[in-house]
Amino acid sequence: MTTLHAQAVTAGYGARVVLHACTLQIARGEVVAIVGPNGAGKSTLLRALAGLLRPSSGSVELDGVDIATLARRDLAQRIAVVPQIFDTLFPFTVREVVALGRTARLGRFGGASREDAAAVERAIVDLDLADLASRRIDRLSGGERQRAVLAMALAQETDVLLLDEPTVHLDPSHQVGMLRLIRELACARGLAVAAVLHDLNLAASMATRLAVMAGGRVVCDAAPETVISAELIRDVFGPGLAVSRHDGRPVVLPVP
Amino acid sequence: MRTFSILAFLVAALVASAAAGILVGAVAIGPGDVLAALFGSNGVNGTIIRELRLPRVLGAALVGGSLATAGALLQGLLRNPLADPFVTGTSAGATLAAVAAIALGATAPIVPLAAFAGALVAVTIVWRLAQLGGSTTVLTVLLAGVVLTSFVGAVVTFVLVSSDRLALRLRAVLGWLQGGVSVISWDELAVATIIVAAGLGFALVLAHRLDAYAFGEETAATLGVDPDRTTTAVLGATALLSGAAVALAGLVGFVGLVIPHALRFAIGATHRRLIPASFLAGAAALVLADVGARVVLSPAELPVGAITGLVGAPFFLGLLVRSRRVVV
Repeated sequence: MTTLHAQAVTAGYGARVVLHACTLQIARGEVVAIVGPNGAGKSTLLRALAGLLRPSSGSVELDGVDIATLARRDLAQRIAVVPQIFDTLFPFTVREVVALGRTARLGRFGGASREDAAAVERAIVDLDLADLASRRIDRLSGGERQRAVLAMALAQETDVLLLDEPTVHLDPSHQVGMLRLIRELACARGLAVAAVLHDLNLAASMATRLAVMAGGRVVCDAAPETVISAELIRDVFGPGLAVSRHDGRPVVLPVP
Repeated sequence: MRTFSILAFLVAALVASAAAGILVGAVAIGPGDVLAALFGSNGVNGTIIRELRLPRVLGAALVGGSLATAGALLQGLLRNPLADPFVTGTSAGATLAAVAAIALGATAPIVPLAAFAGALVAVTIVWRLAQLGGSTTVLTVLLAGVVLTSFVGAVVTFVLVSSDRLALRLRAVLGWLQGGVSVISWDELAVATIIVAAGLGFALVLAHRLDAYAFGEETAATLGVDPDRTTTAVLGATALLSGAAVALAGLVGFVGLVIPHALRFAIGATHRRLIPASFLAGAAALVLADVGARVVLSPAELPVGAITGLVGAPFFLGLLVRSRRVVV
């Protein structure tokens, strides 16, 4: 049972401490949405979970092993990250971008095995990119590029998938489509998924759990129906939002 | 298959331009006599071919290949098609160290090593500045290059004027500084070949890791590349190649910028293909540019840097205008 566990992580940038003893656990088959107001430390927590930011105290453990002790190559075979930057000025094809997901498994001189090629083709099919595979990534629409980069992360064939605002460049219907796909993949393959999301309703409808952050720690971590309450939303996000119900589920609305 | 045909074409282009480089010159020598001279006939023809034209062609090929490969490495690392050893000031750093070494009396093996050290310092400074950049990286790198190049220009002038050793050979030193391959000795070639082979070898081994930098250093890390080690190695390979090029031919601009950029659209962005193609195309292009430098004002000769500047600068400006639209 794979779990990624941030235990009392304190971390930041230089003298600026962003996370204060922040704790979060993600298990296989779960889709955890990390939500919270601007500056709460969502992206910083994701970077700590990815091993990109070393905690000044506390630790991030993968199945009980501190990830700070793992080599980049080993870590990349267990944890994949979908980056927020996915524009490049270089004319890589979609297939070449997806193949970057295999970097950690290539031979010393970059030779790809049959297994690598098969993983790339699977990811291309999973994200419905077959028609675009030979197209240049810098000529695709934002949504198509986002799919290509998600396929790159899937080709890594990891147990853990971390996403930093995966829907930020998408229109509403593509946002729903992208998150539904991520959720299906998490269930079907038993991935442990954590995603930083801005849209509370989107997060509540797609995640199995919501982790609400404020002031550099997780202040509430439970099923969406429990988390989305008028009280908590006011406490964390401040005034200006109301909670209503639609089809039996709580919905957050702006108050004019 | 397409990759193979492009590489084969580039090899043929290199062979053809090398043949042109050996056949063309101030003294007309027929193809038959050239062949005879290559394989050891004595006399004036033998001296001209073996001691002047052949080293010149090989030197131009090494310089062009090194600069284009270094350009491909820098562009990949900085995620920026507007980078090469010349515009980033890496060549300037190498020049300063080489001039200082010559002023202190150093000869063949020391000068290229000094140039390597100077290039390494300069390219490391550029990388650190680019790290601070954020979305304005393209401009930061270019500005760093401008500052480094003018600083080095000032110091080089100072060294040239104050050193008695250099003052005696001012004309030769100035000719070299402006990008000349006309007076290259076999000793210099031998040392440069070893350095270039090492740099190219590193570049080929690093190629697939450099691909992972397509979306930035942090994504390279999550894809399994150790960013610190890889970045250091890429900067080192860049410095080896730029240092060797500067030691042979001084400041030759824009080859490193134009060649990899143009090739990406023919052969793709993947560095395992781009790097060998850049070396071959850069070598062929500079040998050809040097033939031009000898022919345009014949019997007078231009430094080859003048030709690459004439062709490269407008290309660079066009690229800058386009990338301002895309990036900033």
